[in-house]
Amino acid sequence: MIHTPMGPAAPSPRPLPSPTASPSRPARQSTGHGQDSISSWPLMDRVGYLLCWAAGLLLCALAAGIVLVMFVKGISYLRPGLLLEHPSASQSQSGSGGFLDPIEGTLLLTAIGIALAAPIGVAVAVWLSEYRRPAALAQAVESGIEMIAGAPSVVLAFFGLLIFARPSLAFLSQTSAGGAVYGRSFFAAGAMMSLLALPLVVSATREGLAQIPAHMREASYALGKTRATTIRRVLLPSIRPSIASGTTLGMGRIIGDTAIVVILLGASLHLEGAGGTPGLSTLRGTGSTLTSYVFENSPAGEGNAPEKAYAAAFVLLMMVLALNMVVTRLSSGKPRWLAGLTGPMLWRWMPWRD
Amino acid sequence: MGPPPVRRIVVEREPTVVAPPPSNGRPAPLPDAPMGAKVTERMRIENVSLAYGDRWVVRDVTLPVREGEVLALIGASGSGKTTLLRSLNRLTEVTAGATRAGRVTLDGQEISDLEVTALRRRISMVFQQPNPFPMSVFENVAYALREERRGGRDEEHRGGWRGRRRAGRKELEPAVVEALQRAGLYEEVKADLNHPALRLSGGQQQRLCIARALAANPEVLLLDEPCSALDPISTATIEQLISRLRESVAIVIVTHNLQQAFRVADHVAFMHLGELVEYGSSDQVFDNPRQQRTREYISGAFG
Ligand SMILES: Nc1ncnc2c1ncn2[C@@H]1O[C@H](COP(=O)(O)OP(=O)(O)OP(=O)(O)O)[C@@H](O)[C@H]1O
Ligand SMILES: [Mg+2]
Repeated sequence: MIHTPMGPAAPSPRPLPSPTASPSRPARQSTGHGQDSISSWPLMDRVGYLLCWAAGLLLCALAAGIVLVMFVKGISYLRPGLLLEHPSASQSQSGSGGFLDPIEGTLLLTAIGIALAAPIGVAVAVWLSEYRRPAALAQAVESGIEMIAGAPSVVLAFFGLLIFARPSLAFLSQTSAGGAVYGRSFFAAGAMMSLLALPLVVSATREGLAQIPAHMREASYALGKTRATTIRRVLLPSIRPSIASGTTLGMGRIIGDTAIVVILLGASLHLEGAGGTPGLSTLRGTGSTLTSYVFENSPAGEGNAPEKAYAAAFVLLMMVLALNMVVTRLSSGKPRWLAGLTGPMLWRWMPWRD
Repeated sequence: MGPPPVRRIVVEREPTVVAPPPSNGRPAPLPDAPMGAKVTERMRIENVSLAYGDRWVVRDVTLPVREGEVLALIGASGSGKTTLLRSLNRLTEVTAGATRAGRVTLDGQEISDLEVTALRRRISMVFQQPNPFPMSVFENVAYALREERRGGRDEEHRGGWRGRRRAGRKELEPAVVEALQRAGLYEEVKADLNHPALRLSGGQQQRLCIARALAANPEVLLLDEPCSALDPISTATIEQLISRLRESVAIVIVTHNLQQAFRVADHVAFMHLGELVEYGSSDQVFDNPRQQRTREYISGAFG
């Protein structure tokens, strides 16, 4: 039983600790390791330590190597014109044009994928974190997302092909003159790409929500707000940086994927529309992206234009690195304008915002 | 589920009494404590027991909450003050496993019969930690005024901004300013209403939370240790604020600071291990506690 009242009213019988009472700070703090020399460690520990160290070093060297080689090769083959010229089928490298179409394809496909993944991912994350009812369904959804996150993209692509080649979905893709449904289009590829980005959006959003203390939600309930209003007006706005970084990570994932492009987008040289309606025809049509362009033009593919492949790979690498930088800055929460850029933009489109 | 049998607490040992410093006399009541203000009972807590799971942490408490006065809940840590307070605006319902037995009425109506969002606009709450939303100062208060317009009280709201459309800044401005003024914060923040609320000082944040709680013109204001995270100056500001507000709002305050309870409260309820040990006017409880346990608790601070 506590009879001593707490709080400032209770006079303290103890004298206040004086600053001199605490011992002066030791010059060197003894932490667990680093203090003892490595030579005193058991042999296994020493070997392990060296291996870790070597692995780290190797990784650095590899990363530097990739960037350097791509940089040197890429810069040497890259002309500004390449970014603006359409590609053309040609035997010689000089005649094969630029890669405007693949760049457009990358941008369009990323836009479609993320436009699907961001709202769905946020909605799923909100439901998982804030509602979770029934619990069995929540667990099933969680495993489902884990499954999708772990599935190789070529499997997703193949699955997508099965779906979009169904006659009932013919309106979403290209059809041959005979009526056969190819199941290849920006729609089809974008839909499967969104599955790649979805788990990243979901987990970033959930992490953001988990960091909001319970009393923030309660403060909103205490003002007579419903759970839905609280989510819409308090929780989601305050996790904009998390949503934005999840979205950006997802974009990086989409930009970097090849399998879905080759299988579901057709990897055709140009953006080839299908059907008459201008914008819609592109979405229903096939195309290529930087990844498929690099693949096709590398010695592994058939284009046999390695210089173009290097240049395109360089552009691709720069795009992904730029996105990674955005993610790092977003998650460090530093510049408001970056968070403000992606967040609210996605935001405005959320259907449940009034 | 009925309330559990009330367990009597037997005091067997000498109370731990801490000697007060000589200068620590009894504080003088705040000058603007209203005398003979209009006092009407707004809420009634009747035989209320509260449990988390099957553990009863509040047992059989009966208390009136009156307009025009401040009721202070005092008692040691873990005695169930916060739990009781949170049950008054049904915030305990947010906690999984929390159950209530007994009646809580607002103007004679059982609170579980009222629509919960409307109820919480009438019975507002301020938490121990200042918790402004990560929005601008203006938006923090405006948020309390917006949306959820189903409750009965909304008819009374300043007209003009009802309807499907979200209320704009122009329309909300007078109400926001008024709430900030009532919370005694307006003069300090009027130049930066658009700044993030999280950049205010702790004391300012807490007054912003009070402004937010007052924005919808509640009839009852619940304060859970509102000053525990604040410095003495902010505490004094908030105490004065409470004294001013008591005329228009029924106030229930939980505090560990007995001097504060004495300064701001008209009635005091002392709780111990979930039971209401003593309820009476502030003067009576602090000067002539009827119960031994109250005396022990009070004497810890007042000597
Ligand atoms: N969410 C919860 N789940 C389970 N038990 C809880 C919960 N919140 C509080 N309790 C328990 O209920 C009892 C009363 O807690 P309460 O917070 O109401 O005490 P209090 O009087 O406000 O204490 P303090 O003065 O320290 O704030 C405590 O024993 C506590 O452990
Ligand atoms: Mg408490």
